[in-house]
Amino acid sequence: METQTGSPILTASGLKKTFTLSRKQRALEKTDSPVKVAVDQLSFTANRGEIFGLLGPNGAGKTTTLRMIATLIRPDEGDVTVDGVSVVKDPSAVRGKIGFLTSELKLEDFFTPDYLFDFFADLHGMDPAAALARKKALFARFGIDRFAEVKVANLSTGMKQKVSLVISVAHEPDIIIFDEPTNGLDVLTAKVVTDYLEELRAEGKTVILSTHIFSLVEKLCDRVGIIIDGRMAVCDTLDAVRDGLSLEDWFFELYRETVGEEA
Amino acid sequence: MANADKTRKSNIWTIMRKELKRFFGDRRMVMTMVLPGILIFVLYSLMGSVMTESFIGDADTVSTIYAENLPESVAVVLRAGGLPLAPVEKPDDPNAAVQNQELDLYAVFPEDFDAAVAAYTPASGAPAPEVKLYYNTASASSSNAFGIMAGLLDSYESAMANKFDVNRTADTYDLATAEDTTGMLLSMLMPMLLISLLFSGCMAVAPESIAGEKERGTLATLLVTPLRRSELAIGKIGALSIVAMCSGLCSFLGVMLSLPKLMGSEVTGMDTGIYGVPEYVSLLVVILSTILVIVSLISVLSALANSVKEASGMVAPLMVVVMLLSLTSSFLPELPGNVAFLIPLYNSVCCISGIFALDVAPVQILLTAVVNLVLTGVLVFVLTRMFNSEKIMFKK
Ligand SMILES: Nc1ncnc2c1ncn2[C@@H]1O[C@H](COP(=O)(O)OP(=O)(O)O)[C@@H](O)[C@H]1O
Ligand SMILES: [Mg+2]
Repeated sequence: METQTGSPILTASGLKKTFTLSRKQRALEKTDSPVKVAVDQLSFTANRGEIFGLLGPNGAGKTTTLRMIATLIRPDEGDVTVDGVSVVKDPSAVRGKIGFLTSELKLEDFFTPDYLFDFFADLHGMDPAAALARKKALFARFGIDRFAEVKVANLSTGMKQKVSLVISVAHEPDIIIFDEPTNGLDVLTAKVVTDYLEELRAEGKTVILSTHIFSLVEKLCDRVGIIIDGRMAVCDTLDAVRDGLSLEDWFFELYRETVGEEA
Repeated sequence: MANADKTRKSNIWTIMRKELKRFFGDRRMVMTMVLPGILIFVLYSLMGSVMTESFIGDADTVSTIYAENLPESVAVVLRAGGLPLAPVEKPDDPNAAVQNQELDLYAVFPEDFDAAVAAYTPASGAPAPEVKLYYNTASASSSNAFGIMAGLLDSYESAMANKFDVNRTADTYDLATAEDTTGMLLSMLMPMLLISLLFSGCMAVAPESIAGEKERGTLATLLVTPLRRSELAIGKIGALSIVAMCSGLCSFLGVMLSLPKLMGSEVTGMDTGIYGVPEYVSLLVVILSTILVIVSLISVLSALANSVKEASGMVAPLMVVVMLLSLTSSFLPELPGNVAFLIPLYNSVCCISGIFALDVAPVQILLTAVVNLVLTGVLVFVLTRMFNSEKIMFKK
């Protein structure tokens, strides 16, 4: 198998997702349309060993896209190939290849980080000896070792985030998917997370993250796809996308163009 | 693939272990599981001893009785009847003494009672000699003394004019066996009792484990692992059934150990010793398969709900139906035919009733077990589909 840095590892092609809206949701979205096209004909490719950013305003369809990649929801049209495996045809195998982290995924309050790590390593079919070594390394790396036997309920928010992060990568996935990785984190924990993302890249892992924060993309990403209203407005290396402008200025120009076209 | 098969089994086991640890590792949860059993035991035993006591009466209390002109012939009868006559001085005003409960009973016999009785013939038309008993219903010991005294005098009266007896010689006249009495009582009582205990055992765990995990977002974390949805469904239902079974067993033990006391075995001839291994094995089979059905049903409803609270609301109608079904056994003169055993839950009610009446065919137990297992299989399939459905799992 090809493992060379720079070769495509994840390809999304023609992704589409439509939600039927309840009456309440329609009122909330201020629309009469009974359906919402959250993601529309979205295609992009992420390469091995890079950090790929999905950038877009709230409601653009980033989370929906990542959920389709993580096989939590099924695309209406299109497919994503993750390291050669289709999310539509073999979702269970895809889940074994990725680590997915979002603020919606919670850990059970009742258990300790130590137990939860073993539990998820088990579900990923890890060899117990390898799991133990990895647990030691990761717990030490994030300072969880002192809290390994403290129930999640009694951990600080920052520590909970770190435990979630560690557990999402317990099985050493090659592809790590983070939805808004720094949202709701204090600056210190946010720094721990972004540092770790760079570390993952250095190890040759592929990171796909979504964010609405320009500076995060500028700081971390090798390539970026800008999503506006469920569509991929542009997708290229960070340098090519900006073309000398700051990402923020560039984005608003692009936004005016895209939304203007439709209005 | 043998390998895939292995992870499949071990994933189910991993989920089950986690669920069992969740419930058995939590002292509060364990308390909610065993508490009903302990409460039932304590409550029934207490109720039983109170009931038995009031039935037999308190033999220890010596009633204070003052009898005026008590003839020796009557005194002998009273002593033989177990009415202890404490020698009491004649109070100044016996009626007042009874009224303010210093004295339990004030009996006034006619002078020359024996002679008057011997001389009396009903045909003469003259009034019969009269014994007056003054008592006070406001006092339990007074009513008691009155009851015993009146009873003894009554039987003394009929003994004097004895023409024939009923059931005088020592013998067992009630030909109902211990099996019959115990069986009849328990077969009416147990379906209701057991089913409601099982149901509440399942209620205590299933909504928490499924709707609760969904509500708190921890189910989604499981759903992004390679774990198959069917493994999750089987693991959850399996573990929840074990937990519910333990809680059900505790309650069952509480009932079985305290029932003889509640029913007062001396009075009713209640004897749970009439049940042997076959009955308990059948019962176990029925209970286990019933728990599987109830847990699966509640799990499916809980998966639909978005919170534990909503789940409880959705399960309430099911509970009413199950309770009504379990009541039917009290009105059934005898067990229905085999076809009835094809109806889930109703078959459990009939089986439990039949087992306690020592009146159920093995084929009926078997039918029940098979029907319940098949239904559980169907519900596991449904739950798997629900875990797979993004509309149900990720409703906004
Ligand atoms: N389950 C759902 N039901 C209905 N509408 C949804 C659902 N999930 C997302 N949406 C809608 O789809 C759009 C895209 O949402 P999302 O992917 O969460 O955006 P982002 O993550 O970029 O902020 C939004 O308008 C959102 O309201
Ligand atoms: Mg989002």
